[in-house]
Amino acid sequence: MNETQIISAIVEHKPGVLYKVSNLFRRRNYNIESISVGAAEIEGTARVTITVNENEQKTEQVIKQLNKLVEVIKVSRLDASNMVAREMALVKVHIANPSARSDIVQYANIFRSRIVDVSPDSMTIEVTGDSSKIDALIELMKGFGLKEIARTGITALARGARSTKLEE
Amino acid sequence: MFGISGGAVIPFFDELYHETEIRNILVRHEQCAAHMADGFARASGRPGVCVATSGPGATNLTTGIANAYMDSIPVVALTGQVSCRPVPGSSYLVGTDAFQEADTVGIMTPVTKYCTQVRSAEEIPPTIKEAFHIASTGRTGPVLIDIPVDTQRDELDFNYPRNLDLRGYKPPQKTPHPLQIKKAAEMLKEAERPMILSGGGTIISGAAKELTELAEFLMTPVTTSLMGKGSIPEDHPLSLGVIGMHGTTEGMRTTLETDLIMAVGLRFSDRTTCKIPLFKRDAKIIHIDIDSAEIGKNIETDIPIVADAKMALKAIYKELSKTTSKRKKSAWYDRIEELRQSVAEEKEEEEGLKVPRMLKELRKIVPRDAIICTEVGQNQSWTAIYFDIYKPRTFITSGGLGTMGFGFPAALGAKVARPDTPVLDIAGDGSFNMTNQELATSNFHDIPVVVIILNNRMLGMVAQWQRLFYGRRYSGVDLGTVPDFVKLAESYGAHGTRVGSYKEVGKAVKEALKSDTTTVIDVPISMEDNVYPMVPAGKGFDEIVTG
Ligand SMILES: Cc1ncc(C[n+]2csc(CCOP(=O)(O)OP(=O)(O)O)c2C)c(N)n1
Repeated sequence: MNETQIISAIVEHKPGVLYKVSNLFRRRNYNIESISVGAAEIEGTARVTITVNENEQKTEQVIKQLNKLVEVIKVSRLDASNMVAREMALVKVHIANPSARSDIVQYANIFRSRIVDVSPDSMTIEVTGDSSKIDALIELMKGFGLKEIARTGITALARGARSTKLEE
Repeated sequence: MFGISGGAVIPFFDELYHETEIRNILVRHEQCAAHMADGFARASGRPGVCVATSGPGATNLTTGIANAYMDSIPVVALTGQVSCRPVPGSSYLVGTDAFQEADTVGIMTPVTKYCTQVRSAEEIPPTIKEAFHIASTGRTGPVLIDIPVDTQRDELDFNYPRNLDLRGYKPPQKTPHPLQIKKAAEMLKEAERPMILSGGGTIISGAAKELTELAEFLMTPVTTSLMGKGSIPEDHPLSLGVIGMHGTTEGMRTTLETDLIMAVGLRFSDRTTCKIPLFKRDAKIIHIDIDSAEIGKNIETDIPIVADAKMALKAIYKELSKTTSKRKKSAWYDRIEELRQSVAEEKEEEEGLKVPRMLKELRKIVPRDAIICTEVGQNQSWTAIYFDIYKPRTFITSGGLGTMGFGFPAALGAKVARPDTPVLDIAGDGSFNMTNQELATSNFHDIPVVVIILNNRMLGMVAQWQRLFYGRRYSGVDLGTVPDFVKLAESYGAHGTRVGSYKEVGKAVKEALKSDTTTVIDVPISMEDNVYPMVPAGKGFDEIVTG
């Protein structure tokens, strides 16, 4: 059964590594739902968080293939029931009339999101949460008229004692 | 080292000018430089090295590197690249579409085990050391280093590092997990009709002896994939030859009847298994491979063993011999004999010069340890089925990529590795036409091999498919009678000869084996011959076509 799988990899923070990681997914016939990258806890390494919609066996397979990349130092699959996964999005919404403005502010509050930019005919909301929360907010904002969306893709860590950290 | 120079590697070649320890072989096409390095590695077990300039040199290498990658062959490739550091007033720089710039790392990433570009001279010595280490450990494979020309010109105090700093490279443990070995031994003991299926990993790991010993201990028949040919002497009573799209009937019938397949160093490629449910039926599977990613990739296994083939086989042998003694002949063994017998009876003599018989007669002439290379097409399949191989590393063929034109340069590479061993390439005319310019390399560098062209004036294997499955519509397969291979050989300073009977072939090969120049033996054969047995595409081992 296909479901959202989150793969977390610690890689060498060097030019070309992201290409090798993403190319591996393409070449092995996987579709990346989202990918996010940034420096990790140890200098010279980065953490890549990749989301795919796959079954268990295919996910295991791509993890094994990732492990073979020389620039990939460690790969883990995050367990949905034991991780924190977040995504951030900026959503720019069209303001047709003054009442829309106050409605949007209200909705934004309900979603614990913030208004980060305002112009005469638009507002930009910053929302963080799991992907379904962001989907829901975006869905709601469609009613007002979406101008632009930028999503970061999921980033995630295992909870508590379980770690995807490099052992020194 | 096999290579061709060019603008971005002149400083590199300049350093070789006074070099005496590295044999520098100038080839005629970079693809062949990679194939020669590959053939060298297959014959010797040591990594082969090839070199090309930037841009077209590097792109020409690609097929050869991809070929080595598919068959897990250790090759170290060095390519030149345009400069990586800006020089005022010059736009000869990586990223600017400079003259002969190609994104070599981008192109090679999916077809190498590892590839990287160095950015300074200091990085070169450790990267070279890493390259050889990565290419030749774990699951072996090709590694490429892209070396910008400006870094080649830099001077530095040479310091070859002692230790490697490769935190991301984690070749699997060579030793098998004891529990898995116990389980495997148990399963082998209980199986009534076990079979061993051996792949290229057995050859690479040097486990042919262990494999044969285990087979003898258990009295199990041994089949191989194309890449595994040579895992057991094929005149051994337990050997059933190659199985797969083109393989032996007895091997495939045995696969249909077995209740346990122990696969060693094998990736269950679609060529080997054909239709999986028919390949596997109810049989249990023990899968030994050094690459854990191969386990469960194409086929579900009952007992996975991630380990070096040799170590795993030794461990299983040891475990078995604790509790059992060497098996005697069993009902299963008798059944194999029966299968073998029935197949032998099915075969009938045909008129004219037929390749299967020719190959069998050749086998009697060619020394046991001679290295046999093939091209791709009918020539490859016929050789796989009808030419017995006795020793590991003496059968060299493009298994995974199926690269026409591989056999001849690979033969030259093998000859460089093993100058005292006779090397033969069993070729198709189409394939030989793809790389025969290397006759020049063979002549100039004194690398004598024997090329036997099974000349059907056709892209024979494709024509076979058209004959059988496309209503004899021979579209785009007629090669005509050009060139005259005898004259072609002579023009390069090689011997050329044309023969028309079994006897003449034998005589020509005997002479060629004595010669210190390359000999091209042109053997005209019928255009209409098909390679049998074959398993048609999409079918399983129960639908073998035997002719
Ligand atoms: C480089 C390359 N191009 C195309 C093919 C597809 N192909 C497979 S077999 C074959 C025909 C080979 O003809 P030949 O070398 O004359 O051998 P024969 O089958 O006649 O023995 C072709 C075109 C290939 N395997 N490799």
